[in-house]
Amino acid sequence: MAQDDIILADLDDAALVQQMHEDLYDGLKEEIEQGVMILLGRTWTPYKVLTEALVEGMRIVGEDFRDGILFVPEVLMSANAMKAGMKILRPLLVETGAPRVGKMVIGTVKGDIHDIGKNLVAMMLEGAGFEVVDLGINTDVDKFLKAIDEHQPDLLGMSALLTTTMPYMKVVIETLKEKGIRDKISVLVGGAPLNEEFARAIGADAYCRDAAVAVETAKDFIKRKHNQRSGADA
Amino acid sequence: MLAQSAGPPIQPRILILACGALAREILAVLAADQLDHIELQCLPASLHNRPHEIPGQVRSALRQARGRYERVFVGYGDCGTGGQLDAVLAEEGAARLPGPHCYAFYSGAEQFAARGDQDMRTFYLTDFLVRQFDVLVIEGLGLDRHPELRDAYFQNYRTVAYLSQIEDPILLSDARHAADRLGLAFEHRHVGYGDLEAALAGL
Repeated sequence: MAQDDIILADLDDAALVQQMHEDLYDGLKEEIEQGVMILLGRTWTPYKVLTEALVEGMRIVGEDFRDGILFVPEVLMSANAMKAGMKILRPLLVETGAPRVGKMVIGTVKGDIHDIGKNLVAMMLEGAGFEVVDLGINTDVDKFLKAIDEHQPDLLGMSALLTTTMPYMKVVIETLKEKGIRDKISVLVGGAPLNEEFARAIGADAYCRDAAVAVETAKDFIKRKHNQRSGADA
Repeated sequence: MLAQSAGPPIQPRILILACGALAREILAVLAADQLDHIELQCLPASLHNRPHEIPGQVRSALRQARGRYERVFVGYGDCGTGGQLDAVLAEEGAARLPGPHCYAFYSGAEQFAARGDQDMRTFYLTDFLVRQFDVLVIEGLGLDRHPELRDAYFQNYRTVAYLSQIEDPILLSDARHAADRLGLAFEHRHVGYGDLEAALAGL
């Protein structure tokens, strides 16, 4: 059946969510906005719409990206569609008190203006229940430190696309050590020219090769932190 | 016992294993400087958009060339490999062009580095990238299928800097048009072959 023939409002909940996964995959922004409104109208909680319709849809997109079935332009179209859905849900999520998993300060490092990957990670983390403080591009160590001091995050995310800017991540990590706050925060790094070895060499806690891995890694670190706390309390 | 023949003098043979994006320019320098002892072999220029594949493909080509040349020189910068290409070259015993990428060695790697963050918001074109703009930039980034993604890719850039190798009014006009298509200001710097020429002459 052609996309034009499908009336989203006529679909039952399960079929509508399935259709939204397909629309997200195809980057159909208006259809996602419509689907979100329909589910909210059916008294779905904003959190349920976010997790079951949007996050699950983006998980499929992420998997196919990793498997080489989808490429960056298609992922960006999907991300734009998800962003449109989240724009509707964001104020409602605040209102209804959706669960908060953890907090991350994230930014593209000094000298670098590339933010596609970083934006994708920020959006996926937000979808996964993280509070994200996005410092944008060209972020120097002072800006990172100020944000860490102000927001007290669990995690710090740094991104770079250039071989010439990726060493700045080490500058930030070394400064965290000098200030005595390195152990209080988990540092996740990512970006096209990076790899596991580089992350280890600069003293980061983890290298995340894509947005889906970043979300899973962030969740894992939060879980470890909770376990450590529980262990300490026992 | 057979007498050993001195035979004809062995022609020194050097291979340049280079990015296809440099083919025309390397051949121009070899011809102009009469560097007849150097041969050129290229890897696909499309690796420009898939830099993680460069180290493996260079390694494979270096191993295939082993024993057939006195030396193999690699016509790549770091090219977004994050040091992985240098790791391969260290293992295989080969050297490469200076600097992080072709924009740097065409500009002169030292001068390029000295500009620091000044050019952070600059998107570079070379003669090759002007000629291949549709294939590598428009189609490569999917802008032919999804023109609405232009701002997602380019919103943080301010300027297209065309680093020309030859002075060609058609390429200059095409470069200016490319900047317009990306919605960016335009700047032209004629840099010629930069460090490429000296690197080849030194082989």
